[in-house]
Amino acid sequence: MKQMVKAKRMKLNSSDVIFNILNYGFFMIFTLICIYPFYYLLINTISSNQLSANGVINLIPKEIHIQNYINVIKIRGLGTALMISIARTLLGTTFTVLASSFLGFMFTQQKMWGRKFWYRFIVVTMYFNAGLIPMFLTMKNLHLTNTFWVYIIPAVVQPFNIILVKTYVESIPSSLQEAAEIDGAGIITVFLRIILPTCKPILATIAIFSAVNQWNNFYDTLIYITDQKLYSLQYLLYCYINQANSLKALINNATGGGGAADMMALATQQTPTSIRMTVTVIVVIPILCIYPIFQRYFVKGIMIGSVKG
Amino acid sequence: MQNILSLQTKESEKVKKKKNVQGKIMFLYIVPFLILSFAFSYFPLHGWAYAFFDYRPPLKLSQCDFVGMQWFKMLFSNKTQVSQLLKVMINTFAMSGLTLATSFLPVIFAIFLSEIKCKWFKNFVQTFTTVPNFISWVMVYSVAYSLFTNTGMVNTILMNLGVISTPLKFLDGDSHTWLSMLVWYTWKGLGWGSIMYLAAIAGVDQELYDAAKVDGANRFKLMRYITLPALMPTFFVLLMLAVANFLNNGLDQYYVFQNSFNKAHIQVLDLYVYNIGMTGKSPSLATAIGMLKSIVSVTLLFIVNHVSKRVRGETII
Repeated sequence: MKQMVKAKRMKLNSSDVIFNILNYGFFMIFTLICIYPFYYLLINTISSNQLSANGVINLIPKEIHIQNYINVIKIRGLGTALMISIARTLLGTTFTVLASSFLGFMFTQQKMWGRKFWYRFIVVTMYFNAGLIPMFLTMKNLHLTNTFWVYIIPAVVQPFNIILVKTYVESIPSSLQEAAEIDGAGIITVFLRIILPTCKPILATIAIFSAVNQWNNFYDTLIYITDQKLYSLQYLLYCYINQANSLKALINNATGGGGAADMMALATQQTPTSIRMTVTVIVVIPILCIYPIFQRYFVKGIMIGSVKG
Repeated sequence: MQNILSLQTKESEKVKKKKNVQGKIMFLYIVPFLILSFAFSYFPLHGWAYAFFDYRPPLKLSQCDFVGMQWFKMLFSNKTQVSQLLKVMINTFAMSGLTLATSFLPVIFAIFLSEIKCKWFKNFVQTFTTVPNFISWVMVYSVAYSLFTNTGMVNTILMNLGVISTPLKFLDGDSHTWLSMLVWYTWKGLGWGSIMYLAAIAGVDQELYDAAKVDGANRFKLMRYITLPALMPTFFVLLMLAVANFLNNGLDQYYVFQNSFNKAHIQVLDLYVYNIGMTGKSPSLATAIGMLKSIVSVTLLFIVNHVSKRVRGETII
């Protein structure tokens, strides 16, 4: 009898083991598929360009150097694009976080004139869309095309973020606000002194999502921007990928002021492939760096969002 | 007594008035944001008027001919236009259909990942499989380009191994375009898509599992009869939203991957509107298509919302 039980357990265990091997194996492979491409790009940008071009750098970097990065930063258009991307990420995130928190808070105030109507007025905009051409014409009529502000202003009022903040503020005990009001605090003071500090977790979530969106957005450059000075990093990279010739021209332009020798030095060391990969790594790295730190905020955000889909 | 009462009502009226004034002031605070919302969400709707004109970009709308429903008629009667639109619609339906058909993958992913008991490994998988979601489509394309061009890693390895003699055309060919788009979409979104389900699984009462185990349920029965039903509400909402977005494949993915070779199979509705509208050929036609698309999407959303109300007793929007 005892032996039978033992045998049964053994049998169960062996099927468990097979299941676990398959399961762990699958997730191992899928995770590798997800991260290997980034690793591949990284080791190729720090290895000898010659070896990289021959396709022998697949697992470990060889003849490590950082010349690619030094040279890429020298390309003038790229520096501008980097600044544009950083600026839009910082400004855009700041504005939308402030606006979302302020509006989310204001829409919890029963006293506000026409509160429900205006709340719906903003939330409804999530569900319809004028379309590409009307949007373009609007931006043009508002004189926003080919300006930096086209990255920022349309992204300030985000209905979804407002819903998130409103839901969060509603969970804060209202006695907090009442106490402050008895002490003579106005609505703005209440917002700055009480609501902003207590809403930190949800604001962090919004900030991260909006920062990633701003950093990654290339759609608005594609549609609204023709001025090369305003290209974002993403869009510039897209140009690099598709037009090897224009890339050469860009390198020439970038170093045009520096004279022919400078240009030759760049051209001999860099291949379009190496530049492409290097820029990709530069664009991806900020995200890879902030991501693990803020992962819990992402998860929290998507959970709160799912409450009020 | 009456005096006190009237005093009280006076007082409360005063408070009410004060509240009214406060409420108006609060409204004034949010006016700038209402203007922004109006400017970028409601005001653009006036652009639908362009669908009824023969708009030529440098001109003003008042200088263009009013053509009434001509563009809409053309969409459904002009032969070349119809066949072109048909192709685009087939692509759109194929991509959305494939996405819908694989929308259960994150559920499976989450269920099996939750079977992994080793905590650090689970976190490791969760962290790194969600990373591609935060990379833009341009980046994805750049990655694809580095790995899959004629001189990319995959082709080089296959050639060195002698498996193939000429490079496979992963990116600049038109075979399996839909499939490769689906694969990239899955690569980017699978890990992220499963996060919500993982959280839902974490919320399932552990006692349910214990009770079922006592009754002799094995691993797969637990999955089938406890975990899966717990995930269904979330799955249903997301599925409904995906149905509502059936026509909105988005532009980014298809734009970055399109080239002259795969255009016939990659051009979904959003991309088509961009291609005919922004390259200057016929912005009015593009507006007309965009307008129809928006109307269909909103209608779908209402239908889906209604279905959700009937099935679950809860609305989505």
